[in-house]
Amino acid sequence: MGNKQTIFTAQQLFDRYRDLAPQLVPLDYTNHPDVKLPYELIGSMPELKDNPFRQRIAEVFSEDGEGNMTLDDFLDMFSVLSEMAPRDLKASYAFKIYDFNNDDFICKSDLEKTLNRLTRNELTEDEVRMVCEKVIDEADLDNDGRLSLEDFQHMIVRAPDFLSTFHIRI
Amino acid sequence: ERHRAKRRDGDREKKKRRKGRRRRASRAGEREDEKRAKNYQESEGRERDEEEQAQIKTGKTAKTKKNIKNEKTRKVEQEEGEAEERNAKGKKKHGSAKKEEKDEDGGKCLRPESLSPEELEKLKEAVDERKKLIQGLRGKPWSMKKKLVTLRESQEFVEKYEGALGKGKGRKLYAYKVMMAKKWMKFQRDFENFKTACIPWEMKIKEIESHFGSSVASYFIFLRWMYGINMILFGLTFGLVMVPEALMGRPYGSIPRKTVPRAEEASAMDFAVLWDFGGYAQYSVLFYGYYNNQRAIGWLKFRMPLSYFLVGVGTVAYSYMVVIRTMARNANESGVGDDNSFNFSWKTFTSWDYLIGNPETADNKFASITTSFKEAILEEQESRKDDNIHLTRFLRVLANFLVLCCLAGSGYLIYFVVRRSQKFALDGLDTHTWWERNEVNMVMSLLGMFCPMLFDVISALENYHPRVALQWQLGRIFALFLGNLYTFIIALMDEINLKREEEKIVKFNITTWEASLYNSTVSENSTGPPITIQPADVPRGPCWETMVGQEFVRLIISDTMTTYITLLIGDFLRAVLVRFLNYCWCWDLEAGFPSYSEFDVSGNVLGLIFNQGMIWMGAFYAPCLPALNVLRLHVSMYLQCWAVMCCNVPQERVFKASGSNNFYMAMLLVILFLSTLPAIYTIVTIPPSFDCGPFSGKKRMFDVIQETLESDFPAWFSKVFSSASNPGLVLPFILLMVLAIYYLQSTSKSYKEANVELKKKLQTSLLQLLMCPCQAKRGEQEEEQTSSAEGTDGPRGGQKSCITDCRATKEQQRVTTRPRR
Repeated sequence: MGNKQTIFTAQQLFDRYRDLAPQLVPLDYTNHPDVKLPYELIGSMPELKDNPFRQRIAEVFSEDGEGNMTLDDFLDMFSVLSEMAPRDLKASYAFKIYDFNNDDFICKSDLEKTLNRLTRNELTEDEVRMVCEKVIDEADLDNDGRLSLEDFQHMIVRAPDFLSTFHIRI
Repeated sequence: ERHRAKRRDGDREKKKRRKGRRRRASRAGEREDEKRAKNYQESEGRERDEEEQAQIKTGKTAKTKKNIKNEKTRKVEQEEGEAEERNAKGKKKHGSAKKEEKDEDGGKCLRPESLSPEELEKLKEAVDERKKLIQGLRGKPWSMKKKLVTLRESQEFVEKYEGALGKGKGRKLYAYKVMMAKKWMKFQRDFENFKTACIPWEMKIKEIESHFGSSVASYFIFLRWMYGINMILFGLTFGLVMVPEALMGRPYGSIPRKTVPRAEEASAMDFAVLWDFGGYAQYSVLFYGYYNNQRAIGWLKFRMPLSYFLVGVGTVAYSYMVVIRTMARNANESGVGDDNSFNFSWKTFTSWDYLIGNPETADNKFASITTSFKEAILEEQESRKDDNIHLTRFLRVLANFLVLCCLAGSGYLIYFVVRRSQKFALDGLDTHTWWERNEVNMVMSLLGMFCPMLFDVISALENYHPRVALQWQLGRIFALFLGNLYTFIIALMDEINLKREEEKIVKFNITTWEASLYNSTVSENSTGPPITIQPADVPRGPCWETMVGQEFVRLIISDTMTTYITLLIGDFLRAVLVRFLNYCWCWDLEAGFPSYSEFDVSGNVLGLIFNQGMIWMGAFYAPCLPALNVLRLHVSMYLQCWAVMCCNVPQERVFKASGSNNFYMAMLLVILFLSTLPAIYTIVTIPPSFDCGPFSGKKRMFDVIQETLESDFPAWFSKVFSSASNPGLVLPFILLMVLAIYYLQSTSKSYKEANVELKKKLQTSLLQLLMCPCQAKRGEQEEEQTSSAEGTDGPRGGQKSCITDCRATKEQQRVTTRPRR
């Protein structure tokens, strides 16, 4: 039943993907062409261009980790970021996004980078340091000075705003 | 294939129903089914609708509630309808995308009869397992490829072996119900959208909040709320008092009270006179004096005096109700979303809104995130400050003492000045200089300008958290302004007494005037035509009520003008000067002395509150006041929003306004009480003027109630009322109410304590259950070992030590079990 794949692809998402680079993306995906859109195109999408974390988002969802996305990655990304995705799924991907150095822990330097992106470097160094310390203080349950996935999930699961802010509508 | 897909669709719905999924939140369930009833291809758009719907429907509730609801519906939808979801996301599935397949595909491979019962059972189990896998597939953090492969395999399996699981039921009725439910959902969603869009100035306030923090924004939110109240008051006075008299009452010029006296006619249209609310403005529906005391007017038999009285009482009652209800609601909400345990973490990880797609909004969001962090940092620093408690206490006592001296001094000064001005008035105003004539006003304005600055300086001694310091400042300026209010009322009462004296004289004069008229007509052989007197020529009593109304209106106008002019000069001109003179000035104007002004929250809030107090006091005597106030608030909103964004800088120390805003409400309540007292006093004790207003001719204004009871209601009604006002009944009633208040107070206290206890319990049990990693690991280990080898103490004790280690303090030694890394 492989032929049926193209017929039932959600036309709109595919169209958006294709619109980014019509010359690169073929209309017919039955032969699983290996097409990757470079990060610059993804990052210039209107839904993502104002997001301070767009690069991280693209890196997390791309196969090669560089931000160059195939159609699968593209669909995956918008699936996780849609409103329907379950909370735990979102939490695990959010963890990956905020883990800048990809070491499966959110350490202090990751936090500092997150904070600076969030405030566009408007906080002083002291303030940034204080906030990072407070975050580790609040969420680190096993006392290793950095946030593991379990710490992060434990904290984010209670957040009232998480589901509504970690959401992109396309 | 598509055809079959559609049929499978309907069948699946039924199966769903039969499987009892409807037992979940019926609304979500229906939405589920409705989703399934549609075609796959458009699932994308639909899904968007659903998202919106979920969002908007919950858009107006509190944040926590909103997200809990979202969660719930999301969970339900997740469990029930990933199919749609999955499809919409356009995974390259083959046609069916029947997430939960219960296709009763008649002609498939197996015949149920060919299997033995046990095999049937096993098959069912396997199918169920696959279905569960398909359901949970969305939640697994696998890569897309892996998910697709698994999905395809499982779907094939389920399709092949599903077999006879159900028969179809009547489809049409169901489809119709689903369609109606869908339409209803859409209507509700649109209505919610509409209601949210109707809230005025939301975008403005959001912008201000993101740049200046929540304390400045709280002023504007308060302003908007006041605007709402004033709209209702305006509706009442306009619709029930001004319009009936204008439409159905006697027109201008028909009776003396409605006509400008002959002496004033020449100047009645002058702008200066009109600005002062004399002339034609005075003899119009704007003021009390115009209204006729005819009991019922027009073809509707509209009871004008009764309506006037009831509207006056109603505005006060409505205001009380609204203020108290808002206070109660704020008090409730402040307890709910109080979880502070992850404050900074949540700010860091959940404050950026991924939906933002517009650079300006993004700018605002960055500003607001920065502000919010600064606020939180400030709170943290304040809470960490440990100080020398004795020194602080001493300083605070000293500061309060100084402030009290200040207030006492200003109170005495005002009293002294008022006495002097009363003496001057007796001497005749012309013999004094300008200063002496306007002494009271000048002294009050000067006090109002300098004392708050003094209080500000004194409060530096106290070293409070900025929010608390603001409240103290507000309280002190409030006490100062009470002095102003007191002088105003004294002056007013004096004038009223003067006018009443005058009235007596005029009454006497009128009788002699009438007598002279009568004599002159009689002397003409009583065959001449009856003399018609022009209404303008009739001698008029001084209508003290209109005078009171005019005073209030003038006060409001001058207050408004002062505010706007100070705004323009103090803020705007200053900003312009600093900005442009900076290029050619010796020192840095922007950083140094004048610099840009900050938004004065306390001054503005108090101005607003006192303004509203004046409205409440004067609305009975000048029905035009709420209308004026609506206009004023409307203009204020735009002007101040513009001024804040254009001329002010955010405060250095940005602090979070107390979420409940109950402090403003409390002050408003005090002012409401204080301002209704004089009005009530005048209504109850002073007899109304004899020739103006809807109560003229009565002994007391509230006699109109008596009159209505007697004439418009059946006889037993008035008997009941008169017996009810017997002190023998009233006193026990009051006693009962006091007891009820005491009882309610004590139960509410006990509820609050129970609430706190429950919260604590919830926290500890959640912690136990959920994600203590060492406990989970230890739990697994325990399960692997003998179930009850160590009895109940072992695991439990292990749990306990694990929890305390995990959560209590960070300085404790590591947990004994190795963490999972």
